[in-house]
Amino acid sequence: MTRAAMMRIALIATLVVAAAPSARAASESDFNAAYAAAEAAEKEAGSLRNQWITTEAALSAAKKAAAKGDFDAATASARDAEALAKASIFQATSEKDRWKDAEIH
Amino acid sequence: MASTIRVRAIANGDLTEVQALIQHPMDSGFVKDAQGQVIPAHFIQQLTFEHNGKIVFTADWGPAVAKDPYVKFGFKGAAKGDELKISWVDNKGGSDSTTAKIQ
Amino acid sequence: MRVLAPILALVSAACAAIVIAQAAPAAEKPDPAADAKAFRNYFVTKFPGVKLEDFVNGPYSMNEDMRKQWREKEEFPPYDFALDAGREMFATPFRNGRTYADCFENGGIGVRQNFPYFDVKQGEVVTLELALNRCREANGEAPLSYVKDDMAALTAYMAFTSRGKPFDIRIPDDPRALAAYENGKRYFYTRRGQLNFSCAGCHVQSPGQRLRAEILAPALGILNAMPIYRSEWAGMGTISRRFITCNSQTRAVPEQAQSEDYRDLEYFLSYVSNGLPISGPGARP
Repeated sequence: MTRAAMMRIALIATLVVAAAPSARAASESDFNAAYAAAEAAEKEAGSLRNQWITTEAALSAAKKAAAKGDFDAATASARDAEALAKASIFQATSEKDRWKDAEIH
Repeated sequence: MASTIRVRAIANGDLTEVQALIQHPMDSGFVKDAQGQVIPAHFIQQLTFEHNGKIVFTADWGPAVAKDPYVKFGFKGAAKGDELKISWVDNKGGSDSTTAKIQ
Repeated sequence: MRVLAPILALVSAACAAIVIAQAAPAAEKPDPAADAKAFRNYFVTKFPGVKLEDFVNGPYSMNEDMRKQWREKEEFPPYDFALDAGREMFATPFRNGRTYADCFENGGIGVRQNFPYFDVKQGEVVTLELALNRCREANGEAPLSYVKDDMAALTAYMAFTSRGKPFDIRIPDDPRALAAYENGKRYFYTRRGQLNFSCAGCHVQSPGQRLRAEILAPALGILNAMPIYRSEWAGMGTISRRFITCNSQTRAVPEQAQSEDYRDLEYFLSYVSNGLPISGPGARP
């Protein structure tokens, strides 16, 4: 392969990489937003009396990581917590009627 | 305070069957409390049953025996009305003993 | 009632014609008696070899090997110490000179099978544990923890004085009592926690089967042996303790001991076990 062709491939590769969604570090404000969303979801789960222990664990892991300044891990944990909280809300709302299917008659 | 040893000994012909339930924490020394501190080992090391001054059963225990241990065994040569002496000593120097009549 | 039913149906149909109809699937009035009958039938049919009274022995009615070990243990049961402690606590007067006996019918002896009951004045379910703490507070004493040894000792003693007596839970003809019963029933069948288990999932669908190393108990008679000395806990546990740990085991955040849901659950579970004998205090793996 000619030197020019190699250079062109290298240039294209660099541009492709540059264009890819960059794994940029999460900032404190990213974390705050993620945590607020997770907390709100968990609060709603609480009003349905259906919180999960794993959600609480993810929330506290997020807080701990944030306290150490590791906002990447903190934001990831906060997003996990939000997903778990939302799943628990889904569980509560669907079980509201579904429990009757299990009832002994 | 009440004895930590509950015992029942029943003579069935030549064989006397003995059951004992002993109140003791039997802490192994491997368990941590809620604050993360190790709960110090505190367990019965020796348990002895005596009849007519002779030891008929000895148990040498360690941390593997669980809380409030229960023991059951049989021995020959005793009769209804005889006395059985039970005593234990733990790793902290604690002890207790009691006597029971064979029924 | 059977004769009146068609007449009542006609009358109510006539009324409905005049009044604007309610939401289409009309909520049927709960029929606890029918529920209890069906509940019992389900277990008796599923386990034809088990005598009705034997269901109160939980996993020991489901597995022969475990039953043998349990029978041996019962000769010198591990709950003996708690029972003695409870007997002593029950007899010890409060600082004001009164005793627990003053708070209960028949001095608190042989009454466990009547709990929980629905307090029509307060409009809530009262369990034995709640009644004991209310007794303490009414006499100037601090309440006991619902999950620790002292409460277990007291309820162990009171259960012991009722051994053999059949559960006799009443649901007064009061919409609040029926609502509490229904809430307990709902709680029992509702899936919860990240593991998505309901009480029914284990204790109705899978009794006699293993969950890890444990043999699951049938829901019928499941509270009759409470409180229990649980080898797993190396100690006694109250109904409150068991509900809370059960919740955490499904990865659900537990409610506070003696919460409305928990009391209603106890109400439902006790009612559907009416007629089965109190066997507490009990021992379990």
